[in-house]
Amino acid sequence: MYKRSGFLAMSIRHLVIWFLIAFAVFPIVWIGMASLNPSNSLITGGLIPRQLSFVHYIEMFSNPRHPFGLWIWNSIKIAAISSFLIVLMSALGAYAFSRFRFKGRRAGLLTLLLIQMFPQMLALVALYLLLLSLGEFVPWLGLNTHTGLILVYLGGALGFNTWLMKGYFDTIPKELVESAMIDGATPFQAYWRIILPLVKPILAVVFILSFIGIYSEFILASIILSDSEKYTLAVGLRLFVFGQYSTRWGVFSAASIVGSVPFMIIFLLLQRFLVSGLTRGSTKG
Amino acid sequence: MSANIIKVVFLGLTNALGIWAATGLYVTSNWVLLIVLVAGLVLLDIALLKKNAYPLRYLLPGLLAFGLMTFYPIVYNIAIAFSNFSTGHILSKEQVIHHFENVYYQPEGADRFSSQAFRDGDRWLLILRSQTNGNLFLGLDGELIPLDPNDARLLYENGDIIAFNAMTPLAVRDLVANLDVLRSLTFSEGENTVRLASLREYRAEKRRYAYDPGTEKLLNLETQITYVPIQGTFTSADGEMLDPGYRVNVGWENFQRIFQNRQIIGPFWRVFGWTIIFAFFSVTLTFALGLGLAIMLNNPYLKLRTIYRTLLIIPYAIPGFISLLIWAGLFNTNFGLINQFFDFWFQFKIPWFQDGLWAKVAVLFVNLWLGYPYMMIVCLGALQSIPSELYEAAHVDGAKSFQRFWGITIPLLLSSISPLLVGSFALNFNNFNVIFLLTQGGPPVAGAQTPAGATDILISYTYNLAFAMGRGQEFGLAAAISIIIFLIIGTISALQFRMTKKLEDIGENL
Repeated sequence: MYKRSGFLAMSIRHLVIWFLIAFAVFPIVWIGMASLNPSNSLITGGLIPRQLSFVHYIEMFSNPRHPFGLWIWNSIKIAAISSFLIVLMSALGAYAFSRFRFKGRRAGLLTLLLIQMFPQMLALVALYLLLLSLGEFVPWLGLNTHTGLILVYLGGALGFNTWLMKGYFDTIPKELVESAMIDGATPFQAYWRIILPLVKPILAVVFILSFIGIYSEFILASIILSDSEKYTLAVGLRLFVFGQYSTRWGVFSAASIVGSVPFMIIFLLLQRFLVSGLTRGSTKG
Repeated sequence: MSANIIKVVFLGLTNALGIWAATGLYVTSNWVLLIVLVAGLVLLDIALLKKNAYPLRYLLPGLLAFGLMTFYPIVYNIAIAFSNFSTGHILSKEQVIHHFENVYYQPEGADRFSSQAFRDGDRWLLILRSQTNGNLFLGLDGELIPLDPNDARLLYENGDIIAFNAMTPLAVRDLVANLDVLRSLTFSEGENTVRLASLREYRAEKRRYAYDPGTEKLLNLETQITYVPIQGTFTSADGEMLDPGYRVNVGWENFQRIFQNRQIIGPFWRVFGWTIIFAFFSVTLTFALGLGLAIMLNNPYLKLRTIYRTLLIIPYAIPGFISLLIWAGLFNTNFGLINQFFDFWFQFKIPWFQDGLWAKVAVLFVNLWLGYPYMMIVCLGALQSIPSELYEAAHVDGAKSFQRFWGITIPLLLSSISPLLVGSFALNFNNFNVIFLLTQGGPPVAGAQTPAGATDILISYTYNLAFAMGRGQEFGLAAAISIIIFLIIGTISALQFRMTKKLEDIGENL
């Protein structure tokens, strides 16, 4: 489809692309500069700071009124634990749906398929009230608890991920399990020793996608968590900066940079699976 | 064999524990958890004891989490949508009646008493002095016993009682600490009940309301007005409504309000329209930019294209909520960099978040920044899968480059990408973060009864109805709107499935 174009045409392309790259990286470069600029205001200082300083990084970790370190840790903890449990549970479910033939299998699969179309956050009123009543009986599962939030994330992600994994499990030849069972393995041993190592890529994809999704999740975390020391970064950062762009910009910038690091690490791990994973049709936000 | 023993012991323990917890749930009438617990126990027993239920062992953990946190909330959400659950209608009927049965009023001429509390171990007694005639009473075990001022047990100093039966009256600090006990001490005085009014005062009062379970009516004993329950609120014949009301099923009321109440229907359709526009333009703009970049980057003669691709993906590698808050700062009308630019070159500032139209432009612009890398990656993948023979054949047939683009690239691309476009539409339809973190739905629109701003989409509107600070919480209405959103999303998803023919594949796989 492509022919070698003339110098002018090629230069225009490069120019357009550089212009768009500027559009893509400008907010991030700018926030990086602002985080190193000792001025705390959005308005002063220009793009390149006159002097570099780490005051905002020190301030963000040391001021107990906005414990960013804690919030970032909360986000990592919640995202990691939820993702791990999501992988564990949906792999178990996918194995059962893929390997066994049992009564209710077809109905179960269809139910999962239909219900995973319902975005969990649409039931936010019900989830809020459910945790409220759950908390009366089991306090560590109620509102304003990390375990409660993890349980919510867990329940919301299982439908889709079980389906995703089942598709992958289906591609593993049946003979592998059967020969292992002839050698005396129980079905669980076959699952644990034979199947799981073979489906590692999909386990990684589900873990990474779940982590990224939960790390950025805002709406459910914001209605469930109410104490400052329980906040995730998404909730804390928004409350910290909203309406005070003029006065807190430096600290906000530093927190944004540090808060993006865990996400970017996971994202780099994802890149290998990027195209296949992205076909799930996710957009960010 | 030993495995079986372990199994039986394990089941015995979990069942015992489960039944113990279940009784607790039953007593507190926590039906939802009770059902989940019992279902979980029964399924666990079946899974471990019944041979052909073996697969259930794998499904059980997921099944319970899914049932509790996805399936049940959906059902509960539907129930809420048909109820009047909102501020003023939070409590159950029993709680509200209990509340009204404990409302008192002071009838004309009823006495007030200065009080002193004494404590004898677990026993409480009060010395009450009438404020009308100065008579003394001993309040003990629900009775008021007249007390002679010269009683030998009383010890005075400067006319104040400083001890009774060698006990000293409780200090204010102790009174505050035992407020619940003081409140529970009531005494009958003829038709009246003497109750705590303040730390050092008791009053003779009467119950204000009487509830008749037979007719379900509430009678105000002072005014003799009867209140009839209408949709969870006790209402008099004059239309006076008592607060609080209680939760009650109101049928299609919430849906009727959405489609008939003018002050709600106006904002609803406006929000609905903007949701569609927002989702549509988000998809088309990101797709157009993503496709354009993909075509350029796909050109093998372009130097540096791997570096370009990496740099252009950057917006995708930052958590969305962080970039959104950064953009909110950039667009800030007074301090933001973008307006500084306009101010410097053109001497004016654009009211990004004050004007509805500009706010919409800002939202779409930022969503373009957030969303184009995804489209670019997807288009790059799709472009590479188009066989180059097609282009060669077209070239041989003399097709011009734009003919090749519209005749080969676009149709083939769309056939593989259109399900993703539909999926992206569905996700943007509920893209709460972009709206909430950037504009918070604002700027506000004047004259609306419900909190709907110019950039609110349905999901953020729902959130406002249910959780907006400082306003009433309209849980019922919010749940009803979320059901409408679900119907729309469901339709879109069904469309998506038809396009991918996923359902047929699934049918073969089941």
